[in-house]
Amino acid sequence: MTALTGAPYWLPLICAAVVGFAVAMYIVLDGFDLGIGILFPFFPREIDRDQMMNSVAPFWDGNETWLILGGTGLLVTFPHAYAVIMPALYVPLITMLLALVFRGVAFEFRWVAKPHHAKWDIAFSAGSIVAALCQGFMLGGLMGGTRIEQGHFAGGPFDWLTPFSLLCGLGLLVGYALLGATWLVMKTAGTLERRARRSAHLLLIGVLGFIVLVSVWTPLEFARIGARWFSWPNMLYLSPVPLATAFFAVACWRGLASARVIFSPFYSAVALFILAYIGLVISVMPYLVPPSISIWDAAAAPSSQRFVLVGMAILVPFILGYTVFVYYTFRGKVRADEGYH
Amino acid sequence: MNAVLLARLQFAFTISVHIIFPAFTIGLSAFIATLLILWQRTGREHFHRLARFWTKIFAVSFAMGVVSGIPMSYEFGSNWSRFSEVAGNVVGPMIGYEVLTAFFLEATFLGVLLFGWARTPPWLQATAAVLIAVGTAMSAFWILSANSWMQTPAGHVMRGGIAYPVDWFAIIFNPSFPYRLAHMLTAAYLTTSLVVLAVGARYLLVQAFKEEARTMMRMGVGMLAVLGPLQLLLGDQHGLNTLAHQPAKIAAMEAHWRDTGPMDLVLFALPDEHAKVNRAAIAIPHLGSLILTHDWNGRVPALADFAANAQPRVTIIFFAFRIMVGIGLLLIALGLTGALLWWRGRLFTSRWYLRAAGWAWPLGFIAILAGWLTTENGRQPYVIYGILRTQDATSPIAAGTVAASLAAFVLVYGVVFSIGIYYMRKMIRHGPRGAAIATSAVPHALPNQPLASARESTRESRAEPPVI
Repeated sequence: MTALTGAPYWLPLICAAVVGFAVAMYIVLDGFDLGIGILFPFFPREIDRDQMMNSVAPFWDGNETWLILGGTGLLVTFPHAYAVIMPALYVPLITMLLALVFRGVAFEFRWVAKPHHAKWDIAFSAGSIVAALCQGFMLGGLMGGTRIEQGHFAGGPFDWLTPFSLLCGLGLLVGYALLGATWLVMKTAGTLERRARRSAHLLLIGVLGFIVLVSVWTPLEFARIGARWFSWPNMLYLSPVPLATAFFAVACWRGLASARVIFSPFYSAVALFILAYIGLVISVMPYLVPPSISIWDAAAAPSSQRFVLVGMAILVPFILGYTVFVYYTFRGKVRADEGYH
Repeated sequence: MNAVLLARLQFAFTISVHIIFPAFTIGLSAFIATLLILWQRTGREHFHRLARFWTKIFAVSFAMGVVSGIPMSYEFGSNWSRFSEVAGNVVGPMIGYEVLTAFFLEATFLGVLLFGWARTPPWLQATAAVLIAVGTAMSAFWILSANSWMQTPAGHVMRGGIAYPVDWFAIIFNPSFPYRLAHMLTAAYLTTSLVVLAVGARYLLVQAFKEEARTMMRMGVGMLAVLGPLQLLLGDQHGLNTLAHQPAKIAAMEAHWRDTGPMDLVLFALPDEHAKVNRAAIAIPHLGSLILTHDWNGRVPALADFAANAQPRVTIIFFAFRIMVGIGLLLIALGLTGALLWWRGRLFTSRWYLRAAGWAWPLGFIAILAGWLTTENGRQPYVIYGILRTQDATSPIAAGTVAASLAAFVLVYGVVFSIGIYYMRKMIRHGPRGAAIATSAVPHALPNQPLASARESTRESRAEPPVI
């Protein structure tokens, strides 16, 4: 592996960074709108639900497109890993896709169906919850290892189902709910905002609990990961990750406690997600399918990776540009009396 | 049933449901963009009302297109992982470019078009609509390029059973791509034109929304009269291209079992796959040769000229092709008749024509599905023509698991998309009435005030009965 030099060494690294970026964008952006759905059962009033839906309606579609970029990015740049991961995670993957069908159509169907929209409230909420759980199951299942024979997936349909993957599923569910609650703090006003602050406080405690649990469980379960974090001098180099996590947890908590602070809880929650993601990357690099397929084993032909990277270098800045434009256009708080007259 | 057949059924089902929505939204986005530009230029409010009306329907259709499309990008891996390994280097980047050039553009500016009426200027609305229309066409460009490469692979080299790119231009513009792209885009525009025409005709039959209905009929008839005959020409050229690159597919389309002389055109038959003959055939001598070779006595390779394990099955291809062509001819008749009535000034008063046009709305969708059944079944038994057999392309997943996921897809799609289509019908039945002008004229200073696209139609639907 280390014998590789030049393009065969660097191209897969750059591609991994790009696919990793797409996945991170997806987790943060779709995270808060999935979180809105996860919180739906705790906000039963129609007027609250209308506002919650309105606060993400212009964005959800673009957010979900990052999921497609993550999936196709993996196919494009690491077809061998894609061809192993998708069959290995077949059951949670298909379940997640079907859950996303329900929640995606609910954004439009809910308004058309009014006043008979109760079923789409359920579809939106259940779809969001199931999708979040499945994404956590997939992450945990992938970390747990995959049975491969002659380069192909050779396991069963429920290999991903372990106590660790269940923990990841619940952790991601609570995490997305925190993103959703802090998003509501930022985007709504009045009682809805106050209730979102209270929920976010509880959810923050839950998220920190899961972060600690995963951080303890992972090195114990996987010796390889334990060695990476707890050997000298890695411990020193990697210490900013837990320290920054503690900093943003405090920032999020204090922001939630002060009624005038509306932005810092959301941005702190995003930072917590990014830090957890960085921690994950540190744990699994350089593997795409730990512990057997590395980014160099799975890489597409260099000319394929180059062709796509050129396009990304040109197009991703545009995409980010008009994404920012849309978020700017729909900035500020959603009000309760808007929409219906 | 074996896992390969189940995986094929799953792909066929999920992509057949999916294609209905993009086929509609490709044309509808262009229609909405045209209406908004016309509104900008003329200032006539009925263009604006129409644009907002169709935008609500577009939103529902687009949402269904998105959620049925995401599974497609993962199905390559979940059910067709060996295909992904063999073709990933070549097909992968094209799908990647589809996401980068099309999906983000459509998804992002749809937010502006749906929710920005109150807070962005009209020119930006029109621009958003144009960008969405461009995005949908770009999406068609890349996905049809990928599909065409699977039909007529070029620009690659095979090493150790894996395809490696050599010449990207040759890969993207592979031999069947220009024909397939032109044929499919035209089909999509025709499909939307038919729906628009049918809705206009139905309103006129009950004398509702007359100004809007007349605009819809003029635009629908105009598109049909121009694009219908053009599609015939494109289809002919596409057929000649297929004859050059996939002659076995042509033989199956025509149920041409043995090459014994100048080829008949079989109008109808019951192909017998075992005896390899046509029963109850109605055929016109020499016409097959004339159409396919543009020569009265031209010879066309028959199924018997191909190895048994390189022949597609005939029945589905034969009938699907006839359905597509039959509908195509019907569309041309509908378009030209409409144009004639328009010229005579009787387009809006000929009730027999309005009635016929009112029932024509599903024809485009049926023709598109039939066309894809023809071309995809015609590629069998290969998934990448001449390179990878379908039976060697699936994932190492047990048949039971694939069957379970297929059942789940059928159940979920069946419920969700039936309801979605019911909602679209409901919105169409209520028509383009209501508060379009009033709402957009209210000067909202607050930037974040998304109006859910379909909300107004909802309020109206509770207040007033449907008109059709």
